Amino acid sequence: MNRQITKLALLGIALLTALIVATTYWQTWASAGLADRQDNEIQRVAQFSIRRGLIRAADGTILASNRIKNVGGQKLYLRRYPQGSLFAHLVGYSTQSRSRAGLESSLNDYLTGANSNLDTVLKTTLDKIRGATIKGNDVWLTVKPNAQRVAMQQLAGKCGSVVALDPRTGKLLVMASRPTYDPNLVESHFDRISNIQAACSPAAPLLNRATAGLFTPGSTFKVVTSAAALDSGKYTIDSRFVDRGYCIEYGKQVHNFADQGNVESFGSVDFLQALEHSINAVFCDIGKTIGAGRILGTSKQFGFYQNPPLETPGNERAPSGLYNKGKLFYPSDPATQVDPGRLAFGQERMLTTPLQMAMVAAGVGNKGVIMEPHALDRVTNPSGGVVVRIKPRKYKRAMTTHTADDLTRMMEAVVTGGTGTSAQIPGVQVAGKTGTAETGGPGTPNTTWFIAFAPAGAPRVAIAVVLQNQHGAGGTTAAPIAKAVMEAILNGKSNP
Amino acid sequence: MSYRNRELANLVVVGVLTALGFASVYIARQDVVSTASLSYAGFFFALYLAAHLVARYTVPFADPYLLPMAGLLTGIGLTEIYRLNPDDAFRQGLWIVVALGAFAVTLLLLRHDYRRLESYKYLFGVSAILLLVLPALPVFGQSVNGARLWVHVGSLQFQPGELAKVFLIVFLAGYLREKREVLAQGRLKDFGPLLLIWGGAMLVLVETNDLGSALLYFGIFLAMLYVATGRALYVAIGATLFLAGAFAVYHYVGHVRDRVTIWLHPWTDHPVYCGLTGGKALRQDCASYQLVKSLYSVAHGSWFGTGLGKGTFTTTGGGQLIPYLNTDFIYSALAQELGLVGVAALLLVYMLFAARGFKIAELANDGFSKLFAIGLTFAFALQTFIIVGGILRLIPLTGITLPFISYGGSSVVANFVLLAGLLLISNRANAERT
Repeated sequence: MNRQITKLALLGIALLTALIVATTYWQTWASAGLADRQDNEIQRVAQFSIRRGLIRAADGTILASNRIKNVGGQKLYLRRYPQGSLFAHLVGYSTQSRSRAGLESSLNDYLTGANSNLDTVLKTTLDKIRGATIKGNDVWLTVKPNAQRVAMQQLAGKCGSVVALDPRTGKLLVMASRPTYDPNLVESHFDRISNIQAACSPAAPLLNRATAGLFTPGSTFKVVTSAAALDSGKYTIDSRFVDRGYCIEYGKQVHNFADQGNVESFGSVDFLQALEHSINAVFCDIGKTIGAGRILGTSKQFGFYQNPPLETPGNERAPSGLYNKGKLFYPSDPATQVDPGRLAFGQERMLTTPLQMAMVAAGVGNKGVIMEPHALDRVTNPSGGVVVRIKPRKYKRAMTTHTADDLTRMMEAVVTGGTGTSAQIPGVQVAGKTGTAETGGPGTPNTTWFIAFAPAGAPRVAIAVVLQNQHGAGGTTAAPIAKAVMEAILNGKSNP
Repeated sequence: MSYRNRELANLVVVGVLTALGFASVYIARQDVVSTASLSYAGFFFALYLAAHLVARYTVPFADPYLLPMAGLLTGIGLTEIYRLNPDDAFRQGLWIVVALGAFAVTLLLLRHDYRRLESYKYLFGVSAILLLVLPALPVFGQSVNGARLWVHVGSLQFQPGELAKVFLIVFLAGYLREKREVLAQGRLKDFGPLLLIWGGAMLVLVETNDLGSALLYFGIFLAMLYVATGRALYVAIGATLFLAGAFAVYHYVGHVRDRVTIWLHPWTDHPVYCGLTGGKALRQDCASYQLVKSLYSVAHGSWFGTGLGKGTFTTTGGGQLIPYLNTDFIYSALAQELGLVGVAALLLVYMLFAARGFKIAELANDGFSKLFAIGLTFAFALQTFIIVGGILRLIPLTGITLPFISYGGSSVVANFVLLAGLLLISNRANAERT
């Protein structure tokens, strides 16, 4: 019988070997794939045993910290957001029930010490071997809580957003969006977030309007059109126009902005005055002359048609541009597919995010160069050493230096004596542009805008403010908010 | 060194390892675990010392590695059960006392000649069948997790199938020893018993709804039949019959069909019918919930595991992430905490145990001993394969215990009786050689 016993022994050993092979498969080959699966709670919960890094604002204010909870004898580090809703959209949340959002999601590798930085890898591996709690890295952001607080107060009760950048470096200074939510409620009181009432519908409190909200830019887009016109060489700041109060497109009159039913008409104006008073008829004619293709081309130089760079998750940002049936649309033949006159003053099907419009203002202010927007300043390890420091990087050249200088003068005029006078700051020259976009027929509420930078000669802040469902104009609704936030930033001490 | 001194030395090593295991659980979970946990290691060592003394008295020439390996496996199991639920570990500790009692009684009763069991083979056969049908009886039987495997007497739960397995092996060893020459001729009428046992296995399958047990019993039978007759034809025909039968049952028994569907397609991208709620859900959230969660647990262990006491088995709210963790799915808990390095070593212990068992079968001098040893050893290896293979999606998942490790009284008792059997056979073979 021993011959059979040997064969059977081989079978028995083979069966048990198959188990080792299968275990190896699941624990090495298939491990990463399973870890990424949506319903893998183990992975999510396990990350709570890591002492997650703190998220701090530029001045050191803690935006996300940990609350230690003992579950089944294990120390779990659950997230706490001491500033509540202040930076909800930018910072996001890290929970078990709804996974992660915002920087908590995109910077997860730093926060959990899972990044490929050599120093971090060594430390976490040692911690793992010793069985010690793995400590994540702290991330320091560029945002300024004081200015952010002003922005959130200004937006209170409204639907809208404020984005402020440092045009010299691309640092994100303010990113406010309302309606907002308290990230501390996401894990167990999500109903209180989803049931909120707001001045717009849908309220969408989780939507980061600053980066993913798409709004008709209205006259703020004239800055892009002006850059295209000046760069084309066909116009200078002194070019003269005759404003009859309307422009004719496809045989029909397109009227200027009608304030209380009276269509304005300015007669003979130069280019500077046309922007100063935001004269649609003039821009309509410019659009028809230089063509939709050139305007869209310039918009691309500003970053349109691309997801603007920022550290937040890609799906929480949206590219600006023409949208057709909910989809980004770049016409193959702009001359026939796009209405150049309406595009020139920011109507047509143009939709933009506040971040993109802040980048437009920043580009003009920074002599035509847009710096790459970034919210992350540096990453530090638990002992305080710097793991990564973000250096300012040029993103795009949007226009020539000369054009930027001319546009700055034109935008200064807007604030000095044009549609944006309520953004004036005593002692500081502000350059800006208003926008009042029609979203429905006459009488329906508007989307109002204000984009600006200051001080105009050497700007330290570039800003975009958008408000939904407004009955006033951009100059009266959005400009005062931009003024208040810019003041908060310019008066802040820690802004070298 | 003599057999028993070698065994003692190995047991000391196992004792130290178990103490280290409990100590690491204690360190990792100080908040819920008291220093009393360390007394488990001491108690555990004392227990095996007692078992060793019984072995020294009854089976001096028996294989010196089997008892330490069983000790190591129960030690690992007890540590993990303790880590998952200290109360369960206390009960499991009691069961290990009972099991070692059964081990000692078996050795003491049969120390002169276990071969007299052969004369009671039909008694064992009938008892095995009785034990197997017990859970199907309405008064005692209890259905757990879709399979009828349990007997309920008062507050006492018992899985008679575990003991039936050992009884069945005694019967088959006796029966096949007697009939092997006749059966080896391979005449048509000799297929009778084969068909009979096949029918029995199918009946078990239908009655208990449990594919794993049926596969185990029939696998043991085929293995012993092959060793007894040396005819691969029997194995081929038997395996074909089993597959055909299983296929038929698959078509008529919903529970078995579900298990196979879960095995083949545990994940769905779209909601499918969910029998548990009556509505629609993704299969990973419904029928294959256990399998999928347990695979996540295995995968999470990766190369080196999270470390004893550091695995993730609960939600942040304290709820269970993986059901039946300390019984059917203890392997996925171990895989997470010990990692590939740890569980591969664990599986090597199983392999070594089986290898020693096969060696004992080879060294045994008479047909009954050989068949008895091969039955016990193959049962041990096959059971390990069925449960761990089920967890690893090699075969459809069925809820049977992992020998020596899973929480559960009947399983531990049966496996220690199995161990006693192997030691008796080994003792006899080695004694005759020296």
